[in-house]
Order: sequence, then C-alpha cells, then structure tokens
Amino acid sequence: MAESVIKPPKKQLGPVAWMRMHLFSSWYNTLLTLIVGYLLVTSVGPVLNWLLLDADFKGSDPSDCTGAGACWLFINQRLNFFIYGFYPNELQWRIDVMFALLALSFVPQFIENFPGRKWLGIFGMTGLPVVGYVLIPGGSFGLEAVDSAKWGGLTLTLIIAYIGIIASLPIGILLALGRRSDMPIIRGLCVVFIEVWRAVPLITVLFMASVMLPLFLPEGMNFEKLMRALIGITLWQSAYMAEVIRGGLQAIPRGQYEAADALGLGYWKKTGLIILPQALKMVIPGIVNTFIALFKDTTLVLIIGLFDILGTVQSTITDPAWQNVAVEGYVFVAFCFWVFCFGISRYSQKLERKLDTGHKS
Amino acid sequence: MNNAKSIAVGAALILGAFTASTASAATTLESVKEKGHLQCGVTSGLPGFSQPDENGNWTGIDVDTCRAVAVAIFGDAKAVQFTPLTAKERLTALQSGEIDILSRNTTWTLTRDASLGLNFTGVNYYDGQGFLINKGIGVDDATQLDGATVCIQAGTTTELNLADYFRAKGMEFKPIVFDTSEQTVQGFASGRCDVLTSDRSQLAALRSKLADPSSAKILPNTISKEPLGPVVRQGDDQWFNIVKWVLFTQINAEELGVTMDNVDDMLKSDNPNIQRLLGTDGDMGAKLGVPADFGYKVVKQVGNYGEMYNRNVGPDTALGLDRGLNALWTDGGIMYAPPVR
Repeated sequence: MAESVIKPPKKQLGPVAWMRMHLFSSWYNTLLTLIVGYLLVTSVGPVLNWLLLDADFKGSDPSDCTGAGACWLFINQRLNFFIYGFYPNELQWRIDVMFALLALSFVPQFIENFPGRKWLGIFGMTGLPVVGYVLIPGGSFGLEAVDSAKWGGLTLTLIIAYIGIIASLPIGILLALGRRSDMPIIRGLCVVFIEVWRAVPLITVLFMASVMLPLFLPEGMNFEKLMRALIGITLWQSAYMAEVIRGGLQAIPRGQYEAADALGLGYWKKTGLIILPQALKMVIPGIVNTFIALFKDTTLVLIIGLFDILGTVQSTITDPAWQNVAVEGYVFVAFCFWVFCFGISRYSQKLERKLDTGHKS
Repeated sequence: MNNAKSIAVGAALILGAFTASTASAATTLESVKEKGHLQCGVTSGLPGFSQPDENGNWTGIDVDTCRAVAVAIFGDAKAVQFTPLTAKERLTALQSGEIDILSRNTTWTLTRDASLGLNFTGVNYYDGQGFLINKGIGVDDATQLDGATVCIQAGTTTELNLADYFRAKGMEFKPIVFDTSEQTVQGFASGRCDVLTSDRSQLAALRSKLADPSSAKILPNTISKEPLGPVVRQGDDQWFNIVKWVLFTQINAEELGVTMDNVDDMLKSDNPNIQRLLGTDGDMGAKLGVPADFGYKVVKQVGNYGEMYNRNVGPDTALGLDRGLNALWTDGGIMYAPPVR
C-alpha cells in the first residue's frame, strides 16, 4: 500500500519550492533577494569577525588586546563595576539575591504550567520591592547601611526602571479614573496634573529635581539625589500611564457601564470588576510601550550624575590606559538594554494572547 | 495669573533663603564630624582628575585632594564619599550643602568667586587650553592657524576661549562641535578638522587614543588660564582655612622634601619648618581645628603634592603630563605655598 502514496511534486513542497514562492516569485522579488543577500554576505562577515572571531576575551591588561576585533577584555575587567557600581564588594551578595529573586519571579512567567507561577508573579510585583527596600539600602535587621550614592551600574538602572514601572501604574490608573470622574474638583486636579507633567520633558524634570529642588530646601535637609530623581520619574511616568489607561477606559462601550449600574454595583465595584479588567486588557500594548520607553529613558539620569549602566560605561571608556574601547562599551550597554526590553515585549505579547477573549476581530 | 505665579515663586525663594540661613548654625566642620565622613563632589569621569577604576574606587588628583582633607579631619583617607556631578549641577550641589567640598576641576574665575557664594581655596592644577594638530597641515604655532577647521566639545568654556583667541589675533576659524570627548577625537581622527582644542591636561590622553599618535602633535601655545582647585561655600572661614591649608601642607611638604616614604624619619628632623609641618612642634592643628599631627597623616596617607601629581597625571601615567607650571616655584613652576608658622 505504501507504494501507492504519491509524493507531492518537488515544485510545490520542500526548500526549493519555498524559495521559489517567497524569494524568487517575480523579477523584482528576485532582484531584491539578490541585493539583500549581497548586503548580508558583505556585512555579516566583518561584524562577526569584530564581535567574536578577532575579538579578545582573555588577559589581564590593555596590552592583551592585540586582535583587530573587539576588546571584550575591557568589559570583562570592568563587569563588576558595570553591574554593581560602587556597591561594596563584600556586600554584593545582597544585589545578587535581588537579581535571583527578580529572575525567580519573572522567568517562570514564560513557562506554561510552572507550579505557582501566578504567586511568583504577584510576589514580584509586591514582595520584591519590600525585600529590595530592606536589602539594598541596608541599615536594618543588622545589615550594614549602603548609601544610595554607592548604587550604580545595571543595578541602579533596574532599580529606577522597576520603581518607576511599579509605582506609576497604580498612580496612573487613579489619575485616569480621576480624569473621567464626575466630580469637577477631582477631575480638574487630575487634568492639571497630567497636562503639566506630560508637557515637560523628562530632562527638565530631572534637572529641576537635582538642581532647583535643593535650593528650595533648607540647608542640611537633603533628600538623596536618587530619591529626588525617582520621585520625578514616577510622577512624570504616571501622567503618561494615565493617558494610556484613559484610552482603554474610553474604548469600553457605554453599555458596559450601564449594565453595571443596572446590576446595582457601586462605583468601585463597577470600576474594579467590570470596567478596569476590560480596559487594562485592551491597552496592554500601550502600557508595555510606555514601560519600555521608561526603561530606556532611565539613561537620562546620566545628566544629573547618577551612575546608571550607561554612566558607568561612559566614565570608564575615557580611561587613557585603554585604547578606543568606546564602541565595545556602547555595544555592551545596547545588548543589556536589548535583553531586558525584548523580554518585556515578549512577555506582553504572551499576556495579550492569554487574556484574549475573542472580542478582537 | 502671571503676577500670582511670580509672587508664589518669589515667596518660595525667600522661604528657602530663610530656612537655609537658620539651619546653617552648625559649622561645616561640626556637621562633617557628625556625619563621620566628608562629602566631596567630583567629575563623572575625567582621566587623571577623578575617575572610577575597575574596582569602583575613585582615583585622580582631585580625588586625592579630597582624601587629604578627610585625613586631616579623621586621620582616615577612606572617610570620604564622592558625589559625581555634571558641570551644570556642581555649583548648586555645593551651595545647597549636598557636598562639603567641590573638587571637580573647576576653573577659578572672578564671577564664580565673587557672585556665587563660593570660595576657591587654592589651585591644585594649573591648566590651560591648547591645540592638538594634524602634523600634515605643517603648522608649528597657533598664530598660523588662520582658516583652520577646529573640533571642539560643546558646552565648555573652551568654545568661548577659542573664539576670543581667534578674534584677538584677527584670524578666522570654522568650528565643528561634538557632544562628547570620544566623538571629538573621532572627528579629529577621521580628518574632519585640522585642529582639536581642549584643556592641555587632556590633550595627551586624547592624542594617545588616535590610531597613530605620532601623526598628531600638541602646539606649544596655551591660549587661556585655567587654574583648577577645590571650592567651598562662602561664610565658613574655619572650613575655608582647613581645606586651603591641607593643600598648602602638601605643597610645603614637597618643598621640604617630606615624602610618603621618609615621613616617619622626618618626625625626628631638627628643621623647625618640618617640625611645625608634621606637628611635632607648635599647635598648627589646633589653630585650624584639626588634630595636631594632621600634616604627618596627610603626607603619610596621601603624599606630598609632587607624589599626588606623579601618581595621577605625571610623566609615568597614561596622561604623561610634565610638571610644567605645576612644578614648585623652586623648580621653575608657580606652585608656591605660604609657610607653615
């Protein structure tokens, strides 16, 4: 019987057919394929050579960078500084614990059927900041205090982005609800808050926080610079978040509100049980978009002298002992940002698919 | 509406000024001792002056200047925390009390000294603006640079000095402005300009970043005076004196031949100048409000001025700067400190 099964013609299946269909289906597609192919062949080789083949990974000092490629040795040597900043060496386990908890909370979210992943996610949103608040600054439970001026590198980038994200979402939801409220004073306040903060560039907010604010405060009474920057970033981000969420609120059909009213639900029950779950689900792409934008905007703290990962790299690539390591430094920073932003983006796509209840056409 | 706003802002300013003046009852020395460490403002990364090394420790001549003050007060070079500051926020950070000393290669000018509520305590590095040129253009002196294209870093006083210099000489130039120093070097290396201008202290380091350093040379001309030194808030004379005399002590130590290595032997010296400097005789420390042996400890832990210079920016470092103007007055430079007596 097996002989009687006729294989499909070679022209319609298999790699050759796939290429004919997708790459060479017409004369202009053939031309495009050839041009793109040529560009890939000529550029991938040199880039790979520079990144890996000709690059130097091992050694102990600048003279070991002899190849024509990248000098990853520089990154390797400074990695500790790029990740932990000025955090004291013997206390870096505290940051490691935080990294581990962060991974434990969010990596399982990508794995279907991971036991208790919902609870891990909830811990990541609520417990993790509390643990971090105790662990990173220290000063309680017998932990040695570490001044916030010593935080830096990737740690600081993550701290700023994480706090900005976690704090701006609830504030943004409240602002969005307030802006659509029937109470004129609350609505007025929310509109003013949102429009003022949204109309100001983040650089200005940071400058105000770091340069102007200390002048208004009495001498000796100083907020830490990081604290000032965090407050500025959170408020600024909340205004954006509020507008994204308001988009979701406006997209809910009027009937949903009326149906909730008809059931006799009060404002908070109506909002919490009917409106927000639908609205938030709808604006996930928008929310994640602002998260990613914020994550990258954290590099702006560089201009107020905070050493985020870009700051640590920029401060060391000028070291005269190393020749021209600027490109390596920036590639490293770009890679770090890509890893995190890509992760956030993938997660949001997964979440979107999972929560999709078929209302979308 | 506008009026109301400006009144509100004015009220906030006045309120700020009031609270500031009432809160500053404690002297800087007292508040530093209470904190247990010195807070020092530095750059966010300038080779030789203040830059974090691979372990995240700050190094540089500006950093050592702060460490010396910490040693004088606490006897411990580690009792200092560094606040990296950008050029824009450095003066505010000092005025607002966020830092106790600003040691961030800041040029001593009349405006800053007289109108910003700040005091410059001295000069720890005499810098000046110079030119790095491509040897190919065949120029030996800055006066031959008429019509040159010049690479500059944006937002620095270098830009202003350059314009002043060329105008005074009646010459033309075409500026090409870059945002960071790497970009400036790249611009120079790729031939977009004939000349790169920056502070002389940085030119050698920038030159060493070129693919072929021998293709460029530094012109002998210095077109501006940039005396760089530590800055403190005006109105606390005791603190001003301490910072001023710690640097003077280091300069005097070099002049008297007291070094990190021989300072213990020098304690037995018969020279009354050395005795007063190291605190074995007299009560110099008490007059300043610091321990009597502050001079000994500063030299022991940080070194004299020459050692501090050679360690960070001297001929054997990657910056490779000759002493030049920064040599002692006895060696043809202009480093001169009043006597300790």
